[in-house]
Amino acid sequence: MELVQMQKSLQDYTKSLFLDGVLDSQFLQLQQLQDESNPDFVSQVVTLFFQDSDRILNDLSLSLDQQVVDFKKVDPHVHQLKGSSSSIGAQRVKNACVVFRSFCEQQNVEGCHRCLQQVKKEYYLVKNRLETLFKLEQQIVASGGMIPAMELGF
Amino acid sequence: MQEDSYTLITNTKKHTHALEHLLFEEKKPKMATTSTSTGDIKKTKSVEVKKKLNVLIVDDDTVIRKLHENIIKSIGGISQTAKNGEEAVNIHRDGNASFDLILMDKEMPERDGLSATKKLREMKVTSMIIGVTTLADNEEERKAFMEAGLNHCLAKPLSKAKILPLINNLMDA
Repeated sequence: MELVQMQKSLQDYTKSLFLDGVLDSQFLQLQQLQDESNPDFVSQVVTLFFQDSDRILNDLSLSLDQQVVDFKKVDPHVHQLKGSSSSIGAQRVKNACVVFRSFCEQQNVEGCHRCLQQVKKEYYLVKNRLETLFKLEQQIVASGGMIPAMELGF
Repeated sequence: MQEDSYTLITNTKKHTHALEHLLFEEKKPKMATTSTSTGDIKKTKSVEVKKKLNVLIVDDDTVIRKLHENIIKSIGGISQTAKNGEEAVNIHRDGNASFDLILMDKEMPERDGLSATKKLREMKVTSMIIGVTTLADNEEERKAFMEAGLNHCLAKPLSKAKILPLINNLMDA
């Protein structure tokens, strides 16, 4: 694939992430913090997010599978996931966590189970799409090209 | 006597002026001045002050600590991190810690932001403390956090655009 075509594909793909609500403007803030002195900042932060989230989701599954659910353990995990997803701009994960917290407050076990499934669904979606985004960027760099600046004209 | 910028930095009570100097330090070395007993101003050897904004980032989340570290770095500062309020307090126990700014998360295990802020002010810590809250926090919760001893509150997620004007506004106050 030609370089120009790859760059266009990257721009279109990135735009789709915003149009679909998977990412919000906070992701652009992350990109603005990336520069020559910190060229891998976005992928480093996102990787940290993936590592933390995998652990949190595992802990949440275990906590909700207990016979007696301890919401004092569940809620802080959801709060943490909400905070970190918000910080990288993973909007749909964050929104799913907001709903999850309200069910924690009500101590509604069934509601929490449903929310956990929704959070996992949104998390795996953003994970897959960001991994694809980073692969597209790597292909462009490997071909000797520059990552084009994002122009979100919508 | 007109105070030079070096004097402003060493005067811990005037930390707001110190912040302005640290953020917008001119590259040219400044001429330090000393006052003699008769009050005459005498020019001495030029002094170049090199000090970066020193920030303590207090948050239990790894991702957020990394993000805030980079935000501080992007505005020319340096930072240290603490995973919760208890760590933040312990860093100050020996009395040698000297931060220009503390970014304090609200909800943390061990010791939360409100308790940590109260404790730090009891320990006579004069650093500027900015509380970092969430949009879910109601007005009462934010007010209680402010009354614990904050200089200001910001909602997550933080960004360079949010924090830099706040530091400037606090300097103008």
